[in-house]
Amino acid sequence: MWAWIQKFSSPKYFYGMSAKLIPWFAFSALLIALYGLYLGFFVAPPDYQQGESYRIIFIHVPAAWMSMFVYVVMAVSAAIGLIWQIRLADVIAAASAPIGASFTFIALVTGSLWGKPMWGTYWVWDARLTSELILLFLYFGYMALQASIEDQRMADKASGLLAIVGVVNIPIIHYSVEWWNTLHQGATVTKFDKPSIHIDMLIPLLLMALAFKLFYFAMVLVRARNEALYRDRNRRWVRELVEKL
Amino acid sequence: MNGSEFSWSEFFAMGGYAFFVWWSYGLTLAVIVLNIVMPVVQRKKVIKRVKRAIRREQLQE
Repeated sequence: MWAWIQKFSSPKYFYGMSAKLIPWFAFSALLIALYGLYLGFFVAPPDYQQGESYRIIFIHVPAAWMSMFVYVVMAVSAAIGLIWQIRLADVIAAASAPIGASFTFIALVTGSLWGKPMWGTYWVWDARLTSELILLFLYFGYMALQASIEDQRMADKASGLLAIVGVVNIPIIHYSVEWWNTLHQGATVTKFDKPSIHIDMLIPLLLMALAFKLFYFAMVLVRARNEALYRDRNRRWVRELVEKL
Repeated sequence: MNGSEFSWSEFFAMGGYAFFVWWSYGLTLAVIVLNIVMPVVQRKKVIKRVKRAIRREQLQE
């Protein structure tokens, strides 16, 4: 069992396997995004309160979901790397950070651009917005630790620890709209009873969320391949591979 | 657009929210494009670095 894990989690094996998966993820992400945008802009009706401005939802909410999803993937990978010393797990964590930071940035900026016409302000220091901003800083902290510590194992340990501790922020983001009085509206989709959103709006929203997730899968593999090459730059498999390029 | 004819100018106007909607989508697209370009550049850098290391070692031998 252990030998099996060792084989399939070796960066060399991963490098070969992942190449075949990337085009599938990337292409399906593109197709689903295009269909989702078509439904979101041409089929979904205007909101009865917010008019056309609500159409920002089709990127804002998927980006916000992904900002948290990627963080959890990153923290779990970092924990696996820390506990079982599986090098591929550290590679996945390191590859996830910039993508997660991108999603967080998108969520914050589109939220701000949606907040201005609806709330009358680009920014307020309320619980939801502040905890999402902290998420962005957690990603930045992880990336800074990765970049600034020369020894790779030490860098993985330090940044991994930060990622794991930062997980407490995830439930805070999710429940912030319930725990505190906030300008941000409550959940309309991730509720246990029926979602309080029109089906013609819900379908493109879920399609865009799926497209964002597939995009993440494609990009994390692309970045992890780079990371694997870089980390194994003194090993034979990388040398042999590069000489053929 | 209530059943009446579809017009692109009306579509781009976004019911008066064009600035907010299109900036949101524009910036998102920019971030996504950046996320595709950056790893491509990074890959070239890593390969260049490994090639240089190989050459240096061959010279030393």
